[in-house]
Amino acid sequence: MAEVKRVKRTCELENKRINSLRELNDFKEEIREERVGNQKRAGVRITTAMGSCGIAVGAQEILEAISDELTTRGLEDISIHNTGCIGLCEQEPLVKIKIEDQPAVFYGNLTPELAREVVKNHIVDNQIIASC
Amino acid sequence: MEATIEEITKALDSERTPLISVLHAVQAELGYLSTEGLKIVAKKLDIPLSKVYGVATFYTLLDTEEKGENVIRLCESAPCHIKGATNILTELQDKLDIDVGETTDDNKFSLEMTSCLGICAVAPAIMINGTVYGNLTSKKLDSILDRY
Amino acid sequence: MRNCGHIDPENIKDYITRDGYQALGTVVTELKPIEVIEIIEQSGLRGRGGAGFPTGLKWKFTHQAAGKEKYVVANADEGEPGTSKDRLIMEGDPHSLLEAMAIAGYAIGANTGYIYIRGEYQLAIKRLKIAIAQAKEMGLLGENLFDSGFNFEIKIREGAGAYVCGEETALLKSIEGERGEPQVKPPYPTNEGLWGQPTLINNVETLANIAVIIREGAEWFNEIGTEGCPGTKVFTLSGDVENEGIIELPMGTPLRRIIEGFGGGMVDDKEFKVAQSGGSSGGCMPKELLDTPMDYDSLAEIGMTLGSGALLVMDETHCIVDIAKCLMQFFKHESCGKCVPCREGNKRLYNRLDKISKGEGELEDLERLRDLADTMSKTALCGLGQMAPTSIYTTLKYFKDEYLTHIEDNNCTTGSCRGLVDLEVQDKRGGKDYGNNN
Repeated sequence: MAEVKRVKRTCELENKRINSLRELNDFKEEIREERVGNQKRAGVRITTAMGSCGIAVGAQEILEAISDELTTRGLEDISIHNTGCIGLCEQEPLVKIKIEDQPAVFYGNLTPELAREVVKNHIVDNQIIASC
Repeated sequence: MEATIEEITKALDSERTPLISVLHAVQAELGYLSTEGLKIVAKKLDIPLSKVYGVATFYTLLDTEEKGENVIRLCESAPCHIKGATNILTELQDKLDIDVGETTDDNKFSLEMTSCLGICAVAPAIMINGTVYGNLTSKKLDSILDRY
Repeated sequence: MRNCGHIDPENIKDYITRDGYQALGTVVTELKPIEVIEIIEQSGLRGRGGAGFPTGLKWKFTHQAAGKEKYVVANADEGEPGTSKDRLIMEGDPHSLLEAMAIAGYAIGANTGYIYIRGEYQLAIKRLKIAIAQAKEMGLLGENLFDSGFNFEIKIREGAGAYVCGEETALLKSIEGERGEPQVKPPYPTNEGLWGQPTLINNVETLANIAVIIREGAEWFNEIGTEGCPGTKVFTLSGDVENEGIIELPMGTPLRRIIEGFGGGMVDDKEFKVAQSGGSSGGCMPKELLDTPMDYDSLAEIGMTLGSGALLVMDETHCIVDIAKCLMQFFKHESCGKCVPCREGNKRLYNRLDKISKGEGELEDLERLRDLADTMSKTALCGLGQMAPTSIYTTLKYFKDEYLTHIEDNNCTTGSCRGLVDLEVQDKRGGKDYGNNN
């Protein structure tokens, strides 16, 4: 399966050896701080559910369509993430869009065309598509 | 063949009782588990051939017969059954002109059954090689088969 | 399931931000093994693979057993049709399984863990491998965890397509490189398991509960669910409901609430007919049982099983005989053949049902079905053969009329039994063969 290039790769902390609970907690805080910073910069976070159920009905194609649409439109400040199945298997392929300071929105039963519309309407024009 | 199998058994040398892992790896490299291959595995692992053969034929995912380039495994568990897996089976048989357990003349596809693939919410489902496809319809089946 | 959908399963940092590996750190640096076992015992956690055996007790037995070496085995051979809870956990939150196995290892005195995972779950295998590599890199698996002197490594063993390997003794045989055939118990794996050594075998969902119990405490866990079955259960809902999928709910949630709440009711507002609980080896629950609380004890009382938490919901368009036949075909194929009651019993059950579905059934067949079911449930070697006839028992009890319609009227009202549909068509057209092309 071809790996999709992330639109913007946020440089992350290196994994390091943990020798005590305190080190674990410190590391946790470091990651959190770093992530809050990244999130502020990015503004938009797109999460695709990539469990077997999602992939079986085309999650990979959806991810490619979104990446392609973002690239075409020259949208850069967006972080793209993968997650596992969230249990709503019947609604797959599923994508979550979270814009800073706004509630997260899930789009289900996506097709590559619909996914492109989501990018255009939700991310560019900030209009949530209701019937998806 | 002998060199490939030797490499596999060497790589798994540190594992205790690695027979099934070895058979998986041999099948991945050589396509299926031929009698010749099983003999070499038996020799390398110092296990009686009867046991190696017994294990190879016990498990559904291990093939002791040559298969086509792509193996289609159709789920016929109850959740897929009630969502029309039987129709998908008939479609597949018609489209490929083969029965379950057979391979097409051009050696492109083999048709097998499998137990539940665990994606029941998008039933009916098939797995081609390692990839799963769900929510199957006749039209979707065509476009999936075209990719191979 | 608390992390599923919130984290990137291929990035250990996501797990750490959600308190990942805290429980392991606490356990190996602050608690004695026996104290860990006490917490699990007090939590009342019971095995989520289907049998519902108290997890703490199992840990204690393995802890007490004498052996040169001990092992922790995660049973990830989720073969029960209609179940995908373990797949979801491993694909979505693999580190929760690894952390729990290390905690279990510390508690029972094991330094090696095996994940026995079915070969069909390629994506889960890939993600677990990534997770193990990342945890090793950070010293959260491997040697001297948290500078405590405790070592733990985890290996993956891939199954090769055998439902029976979900049975614990068969599973161990498979890791040992043998045919996956169940063994006579006792000895139990807690005393003589993998390579003859004391072995703790837990289901993936059971293990996924461990870290959170350690972090939040046994009392917190106790307050969820019912008195006899604390905690949550992950249900896999499939079939003719609006929303199919996987949901984690408190133990004892009534079936009706699961179907109408999360499930969103029946598709096209059709009439509910039956729900099979616990996968293919589970019982078929009719409408009058819709208000049953879904936990081990309540279901056992009425001859049903919670099993793996699979719920296959069917509407009025499905035929009971056809479903039973489909289930028996599955067991006929999956029986390992070691013991006669299971090998022959499933075949005979299937043949009788096939006969009935073709309109050739006789009243006597129903008696024979019950006889066979009795013999199997009493004499089969392992759970597969003992549980295979559950659907026969429950359908004969609650849907006998439908069997009778097939036998006495040669009629399948839903049209699912193709043999009978053909007969009807032939009759109407003067005996000429216009049978459909099925």
